[in-house]
Amino acid sequence: MNLVTIALKSIKQRFLSSSLTALSVSLGVMLMVAVLVINGVVTDLFSPQSFGFNLVVGPKGSDMSLALSSIYRLERSGEPLPYLFYKELQEHPAVEKAVPITIGDLTEQGEFPIVGTVSEFFELDYAYKKPFRVRGSFLKTPWDAVIGSRVAAKNGWDIGSEFKLTHGGVKDHVHEEKFRVVGVLAPTGTPNDRTAFVSIAGFWGISEHEKPLQEAINRLEKFRYTVPQSLRDQAMKQKEPKKADGHGHDHADHAELLDEQKEVTAIFLLTKGDTGFAGAILAGEINEDVRAMAINPVPVMGRLMSLIVGNIRLMLLVLTSVIIAVSAVSIFVSIYNSMSDRRREIGIMRALGARRETVFTIILAESALLCLGGGAIGLLLGHGLVAVASPIIESRSGILINPLAFEPMELVLFPVLLVVGSLIGFLPGLAAYRTDVAAALSE
Amino acid sequence: MSLVLDNLKKSYREPGGGTIPVLNVTRFELKTAEQVALVGSSGGGKTTLLNVIAGITTPDSGRVVIDNIDVTGLNEPSRDRFRALKIGFVFQTFNLLPAFTALENVLLGMCFAGKGTDSHRATDLLTRVGLGHRLHHRPPQLSVGEQQRVAVARALANHPSLLLADEPTASVDIANQNTILDLIRDTCKENNVSLLLVTHAPDIAARFGRIEQLSDFNRPVT
Ligand SMILES: Nc1ncnc2c1ncn2[C@@H]1O[C@H](COP(=O)(O)OP(=O)(O)OP(=O)(O)O)[C@@H](O)[C@H]1O
Ligand SMILES: [Mg+2]
Repeated sequence: MNLVTIALKSIKQRFLSSSLTALSVSLGVMLMVAVLVINGVVTDLFSPQSFGFNLVVGPKGSDMSLALSSIYRLERSGEPLPYLFYKELQEHPAVEKAVPITIGDLTEQGEFPIVGTVSEFFELDYAYKKPFRVRGSFLKTPWDAVIGSRVAAKNGWDIGSEFKLTHGGVKDHVHEEKFRVVGVLAPTGTPNDRTAFVSIAGFWGISEHEKPLQEAINRLEKFRYTVPQSLRDQAMKQKEPKKADGHGHDHADHAELLDEQKEVTAIFLLTKGDTGFAGAILAGEINEDVRAMAINPVPVMGRLMSLIVGNIRLMLLVLTSVIIAVSAVSIFVSIYNSMSDRRREIGIMRALGARRETVFTIILAESALLCLGGGAIGLLLGHGLVAVASPIIESRSGILINPLAFEPMELVLFPVLLVVGSLIGFLPGLAAYRTDVAAALSE
Repeated sequence: MSLVLDNLKKSYREPGGGTIPVLNVTRFELKTAEQVALVGSSGGGKTTLLNVIAGITTPDSGRVVIDNIDVTGLNEPSRDRFRALKIGFVFQTFNLLPAFTALENVLLGMCFAGKGTDSHRATDLLTRVGLGHRLHHRPPQLSVGEQQRVAVARALANHPSLLLADEPTASVDIANQNTILDLIRDTCKENNVSLLLVTHAPDIAARFGRIEQLSDFNRPVT
């Protein structure tokens, strides 16, 4: 028998009030842990290094929308860019690599975002110094698809599976064309896990992605490209009423799609040489032009972080600290109230030879144990809460959260709880320390 | 000589401000393994005397010497340690910690002596007071007489040289009174423990070879 077992006994003796107070600590810690874990994941996700390219080019508009739609696929994209513009950038002397993407459609099953792109996409690291790894192969032919690990797991797809897309996320509007999975990506912990990549050629080949030609012509003119006469002729023809059987979906039909007709949603750029400096110059050049916009995603995401995520985190951390403070007060009240019942017990222990310091320590140990025990349960509950919440968060925001993800801050929690527990136990402990043994025994 | 009280004085401060003299003992001795019944009127200072001997209450002046050690001269932590090692204490009632089993209550007695706990000895002591079958009962599950027996076992746990018992049989029926008394006296005799037992009951006092009337050797002066 030692002081800790004695403290445990007296916790057990007041089981109801002990467990209620420990529970209040648990709830506080649970929320704190959940906030820390979710915050950690979100912070990682939006952390400045998480890209293998240094510029994103898209239509003029909000830089945050562009980042959210192109990198995180959390938002609908704006107006597309002509494919010719992509070609132009690709030829630019400062550009090392340019990768076009098209977004907007979803997989019919599971509603995962579709990204139409080229094989070079996978040559860019998905995060700082982290290259993509694939089982199978990357995109080769127009109807190839490479799927993220999450898509594979959720939909039960593997190499050889075939799937259809729904147009722009409109439920009943399913495209006829089928894509075939040729590769499954290893988990990356990024939005790529829940993305299905398809060959951009196939994406363009989907019959209904063929925009009314007049729209494409207008865009080409806006981008100051010369519109070939053949396109204008076709546009005239398109305005005439269609033939009854004009909706046949033979892939060969679209083979002769002109570059002028193709569009992309955004372009990822990797500049040559010093990416920071060269990137800034190129971005400036693109932004001077009225046609498109280039952003460096790092500061944009940093701003998003501090604006939204940072404030919410601060608010939640303050809130949970208040909850823990409230539960600390309730532990204090519970122990302090029990002190009058325990005067005699303390008197007996002192009469048996316990020193003042000993009874002080027993009370302190009791409140520290309540705090730590409550904290440990709270830690488990917190990860449990994340486990329960993560599918909901994933379905609503597409952010993947691993319930077992461990935040180093959680380790700080325990010394803090120990200090809090000791502070709480201090006054009752002092009362025990000061107990007049003779008086306590005569009660 | 197991216990010597020398010129011991104790008075309490009245709530009003004056002082109530309670103890003034010129000389009192208890030999090793001697057994004494201490009787006296209520409010006479018997409990105060036991508390002073145990070092729970500090006297105003004078000395308490136990096994040739001047307990009054020790600092508080040493006195606590001394109490744990040398003195067994049995109170009238509510002796035990309700959350602890009989066995644990006895172990608790060992825990503060700094020598580690010995559950073999604790079990043995409880068996000797006839509670071998009640080791894991908690005090509320024990009769008052059984609780007193646990208290006796606990008081003897650290091989004390002096056992102080303050009306240990006051809340027990006659049959049990005798059992408990015999138990205390026999175990003290077996273990060479000196016994100072406070009682109000004349028939209990009558069974002791030496009976001390407190007022005979205690003359508090106003
Ligand atoms: N802490 C205290 N403060 C003031 N007076 C006290 C205190 N403790 C005891 N007294 C007084 O000292 C006197 C002796 O008390 P004590 O408890 O020693 O008597 P007692 O002989 O044990 O009586 P009883 O037989 O009724 O138990 C009493 O008059 C009591 O009121
Ligand atoms: Mg008394």
